[in-house]
Amino acid sequence: MLKTFRIGGIHPNEHKLTANCPVTPLAIPRQVSITLNQHIGAPANCIVKKGDTVKVGTLIAEACGFVSANIHSPVSGTIAKVDKAANAFGQYTTTIVIDTEGDEWEESIDRSPELKEEITLTPREIVQKIAQAGIVGLGGATFPTHVKLTPPKEFKPTALIVNATECEPYLTDDHALMLESPDQILIGCRILMRAIGVEQTYIGIENNKPDAIALLQGKAEKYPGITIVPLRTRYPQGGEKQLIDAILHKQVAHGALPVSTGAIVQNVGTVFAVYEAVQKNKPLVERIVTVTGDHIARPGNYRVRLGMSMRELIDMAGGMPNDCAKVILGGPMMGKAVSNLDSPISKGCSGILLLDESHAHRGTVAPCIRCGKCIMACPMGLEPFLLAKLSENHLYERAEQELITACLECGCCAYSCPSNRPILDYIRVGKNAVNRIIRSRKQS
Amino acid sequence: MELTVSPAPHIHGRLSASQCMYSVVIALLPAFAVSLYFFGVGALIVTLTSILSCIVVEYLIQKFLFKTKPTIGDGSAILTGLLLGLNLPSNLPVWIVIIGAIVAIGITKMAFGGLGNNLFNPALAGRVFLLISFPTYMTQWPVPGTSWWSYTDAETGATLLSKLKEEGSQWIEQVNIPDLWIGNQGGSLGEVGAIALLIGFAFLLYRRIISWHIPVSILATVFLFSFALGLGEELSTPQTTNAWQHAFDFALIQLLSGGLLLGAIYMATDYVTSPMTSRGMIVYGISIGILTVVIRQWGGYPEGVSFAILIMNAFTPLINNYIKPKRFGRA
Amino acid sequence: MVTSIIILSLIGLISATLLYFISRKFHVEEDMRIDEIESVLPGANCGGCGYAGCRNFAEQCVKATSLDNLLCPVGGNAVMKKIAPILGMEAVEQAPRIAVVRCNGTCENRPHTSHYEGAHSCAVIAALYSGESNCNYGCLGEGDCAAACDFGGITMDPVTRLPRINPDICIACGSCVKACPRNIIELRKKQEPRIYVACNNRDKGIIARKACTVACIGCGKCAKNCPSGAITLTDNLAYIDSNLCTSCRTCVEGCPTHAIQVAEADENENSSINEKESATC
Repeated sequence: MLKTFRIGGIHPNEHKLTANCPVTPLAIPRQVSITLNQHIGAPANCIVKKGDTVKVGTLIAEACGFVSANIHSPVSGTIAKVDKAANAFGQYTTTIVIDTEGDEWEESIDRSPELKEEITLTPREIVQKIAQAGIVGLGGATFPTHVKLTPPKEFKPTALIVNATECEPYLTDDHALMLESPDQILIGCRILMRAIGVEQTYIGIENNKPDAIALLQGKAEKYPGITIVPLRTRYPQGGEKQLIDAILHKQVAHGALPVSTGAIVQNVGTVFAVYEAVQKNKPLVERIVTVTGDHIARPGNYRVRLGMSMRELIDMAGGMPNDCAKVILGGPMMGKAVSNLDSPISKGCSGILLLDESHAHRGTVAPCIRCGKCIMACPMGLEPFLLAKLSENHLYERAEQELITACLECGCCAYSCPSNRPILDYIRVGKNAVNRIIRSRKQS
Repeated sequence: MELTVSPAPHIHGRLSASQCMYSVVIALLPAFAVSLYFFGVGALIVTLTSILSCIVVEYLIQKFLFKTKPTIGDGSAILTGLLLGLNLPSNLPVWIVIIGAIVAIGITKMAFGGLGNNLFNPALAGRVFLLISFPTYMTQWPVPGTSWWSYTDAETGATLLSKLKEEGSQWIEQVNIPDLWIGNQGGSLGEVGAIALLIGFAFLLYRRIISWHIPVSILATVFLFSFALGLGEELSTPQTTNAWQHAFDFALIQLLSGGLLLGAIYMATDYVTSPMTSRGMIVYGISIGILTVVIRQWGGYPEGVSFAILIMNAFTPLINNYIKPKRFGRA
Repeated sequence: MVTSIIILSLIGLISATLLYFISRKFHVEEDMRIDEIESVLPGANCGGCGYAGCRNFAEQCVKATSLDNLLCPVGGNAVMKKIAPILGMEAVEQAPRIAVVRCNGTCENRPHTSHYEGAHSCAVIAALYSGESNCNYGCLGEGDCAAACDFGGITMDPVTRLPRINPDICIACGSCVKACPRNIIELRKKQEPRIYVACNNRDKGIIARKACTVACIGCGKCAKNCPSGAITLTDNLAYIDSNLCTSCRTCVEGCPTHAIQVAEADENENSSINEKESATC
């Protein structure tokens, strides 16, 4: 019996259309736009101005405080402007626009394809290098990695868990990366193990990727302390708490940090970026994006420079299908629907999913029949129907008692509701309101 | 082109509320077929009247009282009608069936606000209303397999449970257990065929319409409780040579006769009126089981499933309030 | 017979003594004036005064040293005048206020660029994205304000999809102000006619204008021309101070985008727009 998490969960149709597409590098875009808040935490500080020339890897925005991340130029060229521009959701944020000229990289970056296995840096230097390279959680959460690698003093990490589950339907960027660069990922694991001082790494991979499991298992023998853990395919296995539960059989207590179980979880894409940053001096300037959808001409896993516009990327993958009605940044369960296609690909963008007219719309909302399917599906053991009702009626105190803040926003409840009720829509609003109340209570 | 924007998740599971309802209807078809075989045209008339009048009542109330778009297509009225019909004797006059449908849909469901808001199971409330209002009509059970074409004029006889109530349990060795499995026994038209009901149960479990918790906890409780009672009775006043065998037969008859299977699988599991967490479901199921045996054994009626379920329906909000799911991280 | 009489009397006696002592023990000394004030209050429990219900407001009145900062918006000055003698204080006449919607983003003025599908709640959309148009500040049209109004004073116009405030009902309790995630609704002095900037867009003029034809583009013309100095410009948005405005209409005529609105007496807000044929959003 394969391991998996213990409470709730669903198994949506996997739709991994691009599972067999190798990583394809795309041409460098003629112009890129870089937003300053591509990560969780304070937006970075822009340190360039119009007319400056930059190379690939030049620092263009500096982390502003500890929970923030550096941003580097993904192309070489001149800064066209620094101005407000609409992001994917139509909100105006400060954006650096760079016109591309050639492809000149910073000299310090090692672009040779050779594998560099030897790790020479001290843990402190590793974390510093990761912070300099502007690496954030690439699974979509975009939490600055260096912050996660420096847990509060009272916690002693005992294991590194690498999230290679890719539990979202449609997405295959992590899968493609594992098949392309298994050694780099394993060396990345060794680097992180050294950085946080642990002897054990578990790489959790769902069993719908048998080729990746076999490949990594074969390679892992060379690297001591790394175990590949095949997991039963189940959503939301990639949730930090669910993954720790599945692999270590430990549940993070409500309100506690995941590191309290001794585990530090990193996405497999992040681990690869760590390898490149530490061994090759390469900051985070490109990533793999799955472009997929039932009707797109060339779905695939593309290596793109950050800042490329979404429209350009979709065009390179065969263009918008005529019947496309919804574009999703990320997977179909937790990804966000986009209203502005002229916005750039950012660090946390793992995929672009194009849904056609027949899949883009929600069903008709019917009354709640109290079937309890949302409760059965909730991986946090909550009562989503109740939380939604409490949020809708602004009963935030009761919602707090019912642990609304534990909600992952994974969407299992809304997915399984036979009455098509917008359960999660309301929970999200209620959760934000309760978090605000808790924060203001702490301040006073 | 305008893109559609909505909050995540962007995909939905296959199951819809009306599919749930129709799946239960499909699961009840084998039991309905058994009733047609044993009770003939009467079963057909009663069931069809019940379904039609439930649909009509719901339609009229939604159209003229609620002034909303009627939702009779969602299958819940059809299911209520079918369940009500299956819970009635096959020789019941049409006008009584119609009264039952009015009580079930009009009072128990729509007066509380329609689908999702009712406190009690509509079909059961309708049946119990008829049982209390028309006790003579509701307790004359046609003898199975006598004549295909008889309706209100059908030959009637006692059910096993009423016989148990009146005469005690010394005769149960003569009961032909296989008859109970296939449905050759007196009773409400849909409750007789144990195998047919279990086939429907398997279908519902396979389609994941219901979980095992409620039916299994009810059936197990009734079986074990009855077994203990039968054994206790036998040990205190021995009537047969093999007390264990007697207790087993007694418990099996309790399980297979009367409305227990129909109630446990199809009525107690009604989404709206049953608890929502698996732990709550087990508490609910065990309580129904105990109440059923208590009513059957010591109450005024020979059969207690309907009452037991209705009583626990009233406790469902309380169970939902106090029995919470197992929270993550608080194991 | 006799025993039952004795038993019943005994039970009655014991209960009465118990009740007496319990009520003595748990008696809370309360200012009688709280009840008196509460009986004068409308009892809507709307929270418009800023306190949790009418009784809480009455308690605050009793505690307060002056009634300057206390106003029951439902009862208005009439109720405050009744409260004042109870406390032996002077009621300050306060100008009645009314809610105004600072957005005129009808489907015509503000073209839709996406289609929203999800829970019918402005709060949900506000947390999700810019809304169906490109305006980051405008009305989201799902009617959180109408739902929040305890008095039925707000209706969502089916054509413009903007809230319409009924001036006869609105008592300026402020529930809608709190409910609006975009902070579009403002309580203003109930003067006739009310002149206000029907826009809340703080983006630069070019961005605002692109999203909506009647947006305030922050040109500052109104502020320059206002004879009474009632108009200020902050973050590319003009604001008319209702205490200084003399309703001279200089700004209304001069506004290049017609962002400044006039609400006349006996006229529903936005009515001029409603007459027009409106494109479906």
